[in-house]
Amino acid sequence: MNSLINAIIIGAGHNGLTCAAYLARAGQSVLVLEAAAEVGGLARNRIVANGEQLSSAAHLLHSLPQDIIKDLQLEKYGLHYAAQHLKTVSLNKNGATIVLNKQLAMGDQLSSADLLGYDRFYLDMQRFSKALLPVLGKVAPEIAIEDWRQKLDLLGLGWSIRKLGTFYMREFLRIIGMNLYDLMDEYIENTQLKAAIAMDALLGSEWGARSMGSVLTYLYRQAGELRNNTGLALPRGGMGTVSQAIAKSARQSGADIRCNSPVKHIIIENNKAVGVVLETGEEIYADTVISNADPKQTFLKLINPDHLGTNFVRQVNNLRAKGKAGKLHLVLSQKPSFTGLDDSLLGERLVIAPGMDDIELAFNPSKYKRYPDSPILEIILPSVRDDSLCQNGQQLLSAVVQYLPYDDSTNEDQNRTAMLRVVIETLEEYAPGISDLIITAELLTPRDIEREFGISGGHWHHVELVFESFLFNRPTPLLTRHATPIDNLLLCGASCHPGGNLMGIAGRNAAQQVLRGEK
Amino acid sequence: MTNVNNQRPLYERPILETAFYPSYKHLIQNDQYEEWGGYTTLASFASEGQEYFSVRNACGVYDICPMLKYRISGSDAERFLNRLMTRNIKKMLPDRVVYCVWCDDNGHLIEDGTLFKFSETEFRLCCAEHQIEWLLDSAIGYDVDIEDVSTDIAALAAQGPVSCSVLKKMGFSGVDNLKPFQLAVFSQLGFDVMISRTGFTGDLGYELWVNSSDAAALWEALFEAGKSRGIRMIGSTALDMLRIEAGLIMVDVEFMSCFHTVRHLREKNPFELGLHWLVDFNKGPFIGRQALLKAKQNKPQRQLVGLDIDWNKQADSALIYDSKDCSRQIGEITSALWSPVLKQNIALAFLDAPFYEGNKSMWAEVYLHRECLWERKVFECRVTPKPFYSPERKSLTPPEDL
Ligand SMILES: Cc1cc2nc3c(=O)[nH]c(=O)nc-3n(C[C@H](O)[C@H](O)[C@H](O)COP(=O)(O)OP(=O)(O)OC[C@H]3O[C@@H](n4cnc5c(N)ncnc54)[C@H](O)[C@@H]3O)c2cc1C
Repeated sequence: MNSLINAIIIGAGHNGLTCAAYLARAGQSVLVLEAAAEVGGLARNRIVANGEQLSSAAHLLHSLPQDIIKDLQLEKYGLHYAAQHLKTVSLNKNGATIVLNKQLAMGDQLSSADLLGYDRFYLDMQRFSKALLPVLGKVAPEIAIEDWRQKLDLLGLGWSIRKLGTFYMREFLRIIGMNLYDLMDEYIENTQLKAAIAMDALLGSEWGARSMGSVLTYLYRQAGELRNNTGLALPRGGMGTVSQAIAKSARQSGADIRCNSPVKHIIIENNKAVGVVLETGEEIYADTVISNADPKQTFLKLINPDHLGTNFVRQVNNLRAKGKAGKLHLVLSQKPSFTGLDDSLLGERLVIAPGMDDIELAFNPSKYKRYPDSPILEIILPSVRDDSLCQNGQQLLSAVVQYLPYDDSTNEDQNRTAMLRVVIETLEEYAPGISDLIITAELLTPRDIEREFGISGGHWHHVELVFESFLFNRPTPLLTRHATPIDNLLLCGASCHPGGNLMGIAGRNAAQQVLRGEK
Repeated sequence: MTNVNNQRPLYERPILETAFYPSYKHLIQNDQYEEWGGYTTLASFASEGQEYFSVRNACGVYDICPMLKYRISGSDAERFLNRLMTRNIKKMLPDRVVYCVWCDDNGHLIEDGTLFKFSETEFRLCCAEHQIEWLLDSAIGYDVDIEDVSTDIAALAAQGPVSCSVLKKMGFSGVDNLKPFQLAVFSQLGFDVMISRTGFTGDLGYELWVNSSDAAALWEALFEAGKSRGIRMIGSTALDMLRIEAGLIMVDVEFMSCFHTVRHLREKNPFELGLHWLVDFNKGPFIGRQALLKAKQNKPQRQLVGLDIDWNKQADSALIYDSKDCSRQIGEITSALWSPVLKQNIALAFLDAPFYEGNKSMWAEVYLHRECLWERKVFECRVTPKPFYSPERKSLTPPEDL
């Protein structure tokens, strides 16, 4: 079959779009096929009430690297910030808030030991996150491979760890497999402060702060943030505008992006991907097929298993994708007021995580597919910073609700309604009167996210970001460097190294691999 | 699956008895028990020589209950098996049996076995090692049911020149029409007996499959009919002699499943075992295809061949050298036998390239235990075609009425 298209990309998540943009810029003819009506995947906007839009899953931009913004001229195509360098404010029922602003922690209840401890913790973690940087932007180097470029990349990681000096190198190797709970105990006493820090390790993860590997996920998130200089940012117009900007850039370079075009399966001939069949039955052929869908979707749904080996299917089937992050969206009639929170801080990143034990108690039930009694929340009121979002003084509230189980029971709908009530009750404890302001409320559970965004388990990173699925083992040893056992079929989504969050690196690197002929 | 023994904890579980064991228990004369797959089995019942000759001259019966049997059914059964096996399963006719091997993604051999086809949607796989995990994981994405029916089904192999006559005498009329690797169900005994013209002896022979509850009745009927024709239970020692003469490979002797090898490169692919004819690259994708295609580009570095050794002492475990001074090893013997029927010293051996091809001379280093002294001998040997022994009656249909 003679194909007119160089590359088909399945999925217009921000990674698929980034991949398309880089390929198109290199002169390739690219067709992006997206199942949903709009581009963006987890980073698209959602209409919640009469026209009000907000970010549907991802709501904070923190890891999109400067070089991608520049390469794709995203600012030209519509990436603007409503706010940058948001502070993290940990709410407290009694009004004793704690504010984290980079190296600085503020709060009446913090002792001087806590303040010094936090300072030391912050600097140490920065140091260690930097050590991870050399491999973060690149295609993960393989171990035991003769290719000099990959050897250099591995050496780069080794060197950057060695460069920490003997003391910090030992320290890095000591802590990298630890859990964050124990590590923070070595620095800080105040439990509310620790809980606020821990959020970065927990959001999107299946695990708790006392689970193994939480230090790694924490450092990873920090390292992502080192690659841009906007800190925690709110894109103007919601996260959807970031995806729109990437899409515009891709289209400008010649990429064709089709929404409402779910791919039914990938056509494979003689172990080579040669095209796709859409749900409509339309067949489209291309030299390369790149999947932005997660590996379980890609290999267990879109490919006839005749073409795959059992060792491989086993690995994919065993991939951990148990999403536990839900999403709350509220339209409020006016600004709420949180106990003890100065109005000037309402537009920051607000966190409800009273203490380390509360995190653990919210996490525990999720292990048994039960809902938490008091969820952990990351709250943004984007309309406080971005008046383009709402009219008539109304306000939007967007919150990640951590530790909702993947509910495949028959009571799913009742459970969701009950949980929504619990979340609002929790909010009410911190912002008395907020329930009376609610015009619209919706809660998306991980199962809802799976359904709406086509992501197995509704997982933030597509595949759990843990040590066993890290670097050259991400997402599994048989699926590294974007390549798959099927020739000319690559992965470009969050399941690839370096993982999820709005980063675009996986998408860009997949494009690089295609252009290098490694497919 | 029903198995009373399984209800006790593993550490308390006694070695199991097969469904036929109570029937033939009284024939055990020399207590040469050996464990096979968790069952009490016999290396020999009385005399391994007589047992061996019962198969070559009359009818020997071997209890194959410990074999693993898997029922594979469902609308995707055929497609599932065609991906699992290196052979083309779609070519199989119903009521047929094929010998097949299956590999992992790396083209490394997992096991060999026999596959029985009852219909497009119903098969049975029979093999020596547990495969349930591999089968279940391979079934991901297929509409197929996999059930371990090993303990539900009891089976005997009745092998030898008079085996067909004995079965006819049992009342299985028409059994003589079965061609090699064909199967049919007979109900003359009042219960269903599935008979396949298969075996592991390289001789005329049949395997009889019944529900475990009918095992005793089958055994009685078989031995009643065979009484006057020299029927005899045989043990594994005789069976091993027979299969070596037939040139048949054995798991854990000629190859180890890649699930069990520890050292890298100890896995085998089908080509190394000389099983090229079992790998069909034209049938479409199957597990291990990519790796095997690659492996096929080069000749195997080692291959299993038959050897003929110039001497009369069995060359068990001998190393093979390219010269008489034994300076360079080029292979080793995996199975050896002084063949009673051929009066020939034969062996299966792995040889390095290029020695497995052509007619190169080589030497086997054999250690002999003679009157409490070890002696080292070096015998010349040469590659010889397999099977070593293949009587005409093996494939004759109908077989001679004896
Ligand atoms: C609740 C939640 C909150 C989050 N918050 C943040 C945050 O604040 N900040 C942050 O940086 N990250 C956040 N994340 C993580 C981030 O959203 C993801 O890691 C990232 O968006 C993944 O991008 P992607 O392009 O790899 O995949 P996705 O965005 O998942 O895109 C995959 C695309 O493929 C499409 N697709 C799948 N199958 C098919 C098919 N068969 N045919 C056609 N199309 C198909 C899907 O429709 C989808 O558009 C959050 C995640 C969740 C779940």
